[in-house]
Parts: sequence; structure tokens; C-alpha cells
Amino acid sequence: MNHRGGYSADTRIRWPEWLPWLVALAAFFLLPEYLSLGARILIYILYALSLDLILGYAGIITLGHSAYFGFGAYVAGVLAAKAGVTDPLVQLVAAAAGGALLGITTGAIILRTRGLTLLMLTLAITSVCLEIANKATALTGGADGLSGVVVAPILGLFKFDLYGKTAYLYCLAMLFVGWALVRRIIYSPFGASLTGLRENSIRMHAIGAPVYWRLVLVYTLSATIAGAAGALLTQTNQFVGLNVLGFEAGGELLVMLILGGVGRVYGAFVGPLVYLLAQDQLAKQFPAYWYFGIGVLLVLVVMFARGGILGIADQALAKLRSKA
Amino acid sequence: MSAVLETRSLCKSFGALTVAANIDFRLEAGARHALIGPNGAGKTTFVNMLTGRLAPSSGRILLGGENITRLAQAARVARGLGRTFQINTLFRDLSVLDNVALGVAERRGVAGRMWRPASGYREIRDESMALLATLGLAEDAPRRVLDLPYGKQRLVEIAIALGLRPKVLLLDEPAAGVPSVDAERILQVLDRLPPDIAILIIEHDMDLVFRFARRITVLVQGEVLVEGPPNEIGRDRRVHQVYLGESHHA
Amino acid sequence: MQSFLASIVSVAFHGAAFGMILYVISVGLSITMGLMGFANLAHGVFAMAGGYVLTTAISRFGVPFPLALVCAFAAVALGSVVLERLLYSRLYTAGDLEQVLFTIGLIFIAVAVARFVYGTLQKPVMLPPYLKGQFALLGRDFPAYRVFIIAFSAVMIVALWFGIERTRWGAMVRAAVDNRAMAQSVGIDTRRLFTLTFALGSGLAGLGGALGADIIAIQPTYPFENLVYFLIVVAVGGLGSLRGPFAAALLIGVADTACKYWLPQFGAFFIYLATIGILLWRPAGLFGRRS
Repeated sequence: MNHRGGYSADTRIRWPEWLPWLVALAAFFLLPEYLSLGARILIYILYALSLDLILGYAGIITLGHSAYFGFGAYVAGVLAAKAGVTDPLVQLVAAAAGGALLGITTGAIILRTRGLTLLMLTLAITSVCLEIANKATALTGGADGLSGVVVAPILGLFKFDLYGKTAYLYCLAMLFVGWALVRRIIYSPFGASLTGLRENSIRMHAIGAPVYWRLVLVYTLSATIAGAAGALLTQTNQFVGLNVLGFEAGGELLVMLILGGVGRVYGAFVGPLVYLLAQDQLAKQFPAYWYFGIGVLLVLVVMFARGGILGIADQALAKLRSKA
Repeated sequence: MSAVLETRSLCKSFGALTVAANIDFRLEAGARHALIGPNGAGKTTFVNMLTGRLAPSSGRILLGGENITRLAQAARVARGLGRTFQINTLFRDLSVLDNVALGVAERRGVAGRMWRPASGYREIRDESMALLATLGLAEDAPRRVLDLPYGKQRLVEIAIALGLRPKVLLLDEPAAGVPSVDAERILQVLDRLPPDIAILIIEHDMDLVFRFARRITVLVQGEVLVEGPPNEIGRDRRVHQVYLGESHHA
Repeated sequence: MQSFLASIVSVAFHGAAFGMILYVISVGLSITMGLMGFANLAHGVFAMAGGYVLTTAISRFGVPFPLALVCAFAAVALGSVVLERLLYSRLYTAGDLEQVLFTIGLIFIAVAVARFVYGTLQKPVMLPPYLKGQFALLGRDFPAYRVFIIAFSAVMIVALWFGIERTRWGAMVRAAVDNRAMAQSVGIDTRRLFTLTFALGSGLAGLGGALGADIIAIQPTYPFENLVYFLIVVAVGGLGSLRGPFAAALLIGVADTACKYWLPQFGAFFIYLATIGILLWRPAGLFGRRS
């Protein structure tokens, strides 16, 4: 089941689409020891959704999406630890706004280019952000990271508890909002035009689409969501470090999304879930093999299973149906 | 009668290579105009300059009397200039309906909207289906373009352009590479195009040209060799030489 | 004033050494990207591998330094042929995203293997005694090894340029970079050409990595940390070009050294900004062919 959008798409929410939320709620009640991992998964799903919007739908290949996530993370962190702004919703909105600002300025500049040049520029941007975060130690804590992030109770009512319950539900709620937004965009005429941009941008020019501005707009939207996700990470960990920025972080997110399946909304759910769960279990026991395994998996996915896990599931379902 | 589309002294050079030399061209309203010439004469380059894909080195392009020489592609489309491509330039992974609907949505100014679902815009779907029906593609609407035979893909190419309700339509070898069965369908489509659209067609197929065109421009090595009604062009010795010269190479 | 002049000379010298190493490593990337249209982000892996081969050859097997350099070149070149034949060649016609993902996967694998085999610390640089110490040049003392790097790289570069300009292989490479379809139709076996050129480019990367271990530290995260620099050299210099990346590498080498020396609190910030600026002004690179 693909969420491709378009002018004849059925936009009703099908029952399998409620599964992720049911699973998330079930996990809340049944797996209370895993809530911090759970919150992390929820955050990365939101982050991966933002990347899917530009990569899977608009076809913008970027290695530097971590710039916006990291920027949002640091905005929230700096506000909380240095500026005394402790209200989590204010931090969240500020981080999202920061992501939007960085997104629109960098997007407007780099989206005039394509191909390798664009890829290179996305990498350069996240590297610049990493370098700034590394050097501006007074503000960001540099290589040691920024601790002392104070997060007040949400709406004055829900305190961030030690078990991570509040954090988990908070992230779940934000993911829901983000998901609803992304789903709406994908099914809208704007979303349909994104697919056109990815498929054939020459044709898009020839039908009178303002290609550049569409790309800038979706890039900005994506950066906004990524920035919000970054804030969530800072708030749940009450810490932000350099590992949210740079090529390695951007590469990891790309792996998560590809693993799940790109350009189909729920790939962004499956990918981070599988990746982070596996990382939690395997990376602790066999740290040397973890990166190796991910690398091999990525190569295999590219060679044989371009659609990721959901792509394989699609093929399996199709085989089952043809046999029935 | 003022021309719908006009070029004045249009030139294009790539360094020492001149691909367009002082092209003066007029397209009247409701025209059925063909642009012919040997390979490499600069026909597609000319069309690319008209649509804004390529910037001319000098000269002017006027659409409906307005100077559009510096205008971006999207703006020219908004002013009623539509085109098809010599090689199919379609959204291959999308359905035939979506291929046409994307263009219709752009024309209606709806394509940038983010809130209502696309399928909720019934008028766009209805208009696209109606257009496809006139081209005999109604049953193929839900199918993916890359699953269609080449001849039908060519028709989708035309459908997209028609969805823009152009005042001027530039067709770049619409029947190229199409088996003759499908070519006949394309010809019928071309015959039935609304009479108020001005149409410029680039073609190599002389049967099609003489059947369709009321005026013909012959382009050789970037220059206009001659222009006139089909019977004059058919008798012109220079045109014969250009094409006979061609067949010696072949 | 004296000391300012001295520091300029020093920055220029060290910057040139860095730039030469960057070029030796990155030239292979430029050629293969121009030749095969393949974005090999894993190029840094070959440089890192060269560094590790050198270290292992010297410390584990007691191979003398010059021979160890040759080993670095040969081992990496051979290894790259295996990779190319088995994996890379299947993706020549794949889309950009697939190529990017594949090469990132290779980086992950290489980083994991390096960490497993060699541990996470930087490899110490083991120089032969005749390359240690200072070298007197024009009344000043320079680190002998850096002088060696510059001289050796210069020789390699001249040999490479000579090879591209004068040999038949070089002519075929230039033809295929210019127009692959045309080159094939005049009978150039592009497959073998790719493999050979890929091997040469990767071998050079290995050599550069080994030679430059003093400047760019050999550690498992090498391909992640330095990819940006290699890509900058190629993107700014122009894909498929030989001279372009040379100018870009020297520029970057000197600029980076200058920034790190005089404005250490900014680090590589200005390099990245300059790269962004240059690529926006000339998307095909300073010497790239504008398509």
C-alpha cells in the first residue's frame, strides 16, 4: 500500500494505518522499561518523515538533512540551558522556526543547483553547522555538548518524569501532528506536483510549474519538521551533543529511511523502528559488527531491495494475492 | 491580422557554431504551420528558444504582441504557450490521468495548494478525463504511462500540452517513432484540434506535413530558406535540392 | 614583521603539503566521476586503506618505507579492482540515490572493519630516519618529511599528467570523459578502461593516504571526516578535470592551513563558506565544463 497521492487517490485512512499508533500506545502500557528508547524511535520517525518529504517525494537527494535537526536541537538546548526559556512548547516552536529559517535561507541558495553540486552543498551546510557547534563552545558546549537543559512541565501540568512517561506521550503527540501534516501535504495538489518534480522536472517546467519555488517550499517545510524533531530529542535527553550534526548523522538517517522504504510515508515508521531496535539489541553486544552489518544491509538493499522493508512486504503480498 | 507568435532576427550561437541565424517567423491565429528541414537544421533549437528552455544570443520573441524574450518558461506557459517534446517527456511512473491533471492543475492555479486532497478537486479530474476522452485515452486513464505502448504515450504527450489550453501549440515531431497504426490516430487528433489554436508542427514525415499544414517554413542550417503554402514549397527547386542532397547521404 | 613573513612562508609551505596530498588523493575521484559519472563517496576508504597498509607493512612486516608505499598503492589498486568488478559495475546505470546509498554502505563497512582490526585510535606515523628531522632550504628549516611529500607528490602529478596527455590510455580516458557514447562507438572498450582507471585512481588515493598520514590522521572515521574535503576539491576543481582539482586542492590546502593557524576558533568554517560561494557562482566548478 503506497501513499503516492495524485488526483485519483483514495485519501481515507485505511485500517492498517492505525496500527502504528496502537502499537505505540500498547508499548506505553506494556513496556514501561523501554520508554526512553521508544521516545527516541518516535523522534526519529518524525525526523525520517521530514526527510521522506524531500527525498522520497520531491526527489531532492541530500546528505545534510542533519543540519536542520541539529539546529533545532541546539536552539532548544541553548534556550533551555542559556536563556532560561524552560517552557517546552516554546522551545519546540522556536526550534521549528529555527529549522524553517535555516531551511528557507539555505534552500533558496542551494536549490538553484542540481546533482552532485547540490549534494556537495548539502554536505557543506551540515559541515558548517557542525563546525560552528564545535567551535562556539560558550554557546553550545562544544565537543562536550550542552547539558543543564531545563524543561518545565508541559502546559504547566505534565512534568517530565524519570521513567520517561511524559516524554514518550509528548513525542507521540508531536509525531501524530507531524504525521497528519505530512499526510495532508502528500495527498494535496502540492504533493502531486512534488511527485511530478521528482519524476520529470523538465516536464514540470513545460507545464508552467514554478519549479524552484516549489522545491524551496517543500525544503523549508521539511526543515521545519526536522527542527521540531531535534528539539524533542534535546528535551527528552535533556542534553544535546555534536552527534546530531554532520555527515555521519545525516547518513544514518538516510539508512533508516531507505531501510524502511522511501517515498511511502510508512517507510519512515518502519525504518527507524527496525534500525533503532536492532541497534539497541545488537550494537551493545557486538559493537564491532553493528556498523558492518548496517553497511552490508545497505549494499544489499541497494542491489536487491530498492523499496526497503515495505517494498519487500509489497512483493510478498503481491505473490500471496496472485496465489490466492 | 497580428501574429500570435513572432520572432524577429532570432539568433543563437554556441561559440563559433551558429544554430540560428536571423530567423524571422510569424504564426497567425488558428495557423496550421509546419517547420521542416534536414537533420541538424536547428528546428528543435528554435522551439527551445520559443519556449524559454534556451536563451537566444540575440533577437526578439513576441507572444500576442508581448516581448517574452527574457521570460521564464513557466511564465510563457501561463501566457498560453504549450509544447510537446520530440522524445516522450512524461511522468512515467504516474497514471495517465495524473499526467494530464498536473498540467490542468497548474493552469487553474490550484497546484500549489496543500490543504484539500487533490482527489477532492473533482473539476480537475473531470476536465482531465474529458480531454483524455477526446483523444481516445479514457480507458487508459488509471494506467501507468510506462505500461502503455509507445504510440499511446505519444498521445499522452499531446494530451498534457492540450490540458494547458494553449493559444499556441508547438508540436515537436508528434508522430516520430510511432508505428503507422498509431500514427494515423495521432493524425486524426491533430486534425480535430480546436481551430482557434495556432499550431506549429516540426515534422519529417512529408505526408503528414502536406496533409496538415497550410503554411510551411523550411529551415536549413539555422536559416529560413523559404516560406509559403504547401503547393509552392512542393514545387520549390531549392527545397528539392536540400532534400535530394540529403537522400544522397542516406 | 620578520615573524609575520616567517609565518606566511610556514603557512604556504604546510598548506602546499596539505594541498598536494589532497590532490593526490582526490584526483582519482575527479577522473572516475568524470569518466563513469559515478559519485563514489567511498573514495576516502581507499585513502584510509592505503594508510593502514603502510602502517601494517612497516610495523608488522618490517617492510622498508619506500617499498611500503608501493605496497599501499598496489594493495589498494588491486582491492579496488575486485570491488569494481563485483559491485560498482552493477550500479553504473543506477540512479544517483542508489549510487550514494551504495557508497555510504561501503563506508560503513570499511569503518567497521578498520575499527575491528585496528582499534579506534589514530595510527602513529612511522617515518624512516632519513626522512625525519629538518631540511634546510633557502636559509630556513622545514620538516624534512613535508618537503618529501611535496617533492614526491610533484613527481607523481607530473607523471600522471604526462600519462594523461601523452599515452594512448590517457587519450582514451579523455575521449570517454568527453563523450562516453562516442568513445564506445569508435571501439574503445569502456569497461576495461573504467576498471583500469578506477584502479589507478584508487591506488593513488591509497598512496596519498599513506603518504599524508602525517597530515590527515589515519583512523577508522577517516572516510566520514575527510569526505567533505575530497568532494570540495573535486566539486570546486571541476569533475573530470585534471588541472582544476590541482588548483582547488592547493587553494584549499593553503586556505585551510591559514585559517587554522590565524583563526583557530573558526576552524574549517571559512573553507565551507568559500566552497558554498564558489559552487553557487560556478556550479560546474572553477574549471569544470559547463554543460
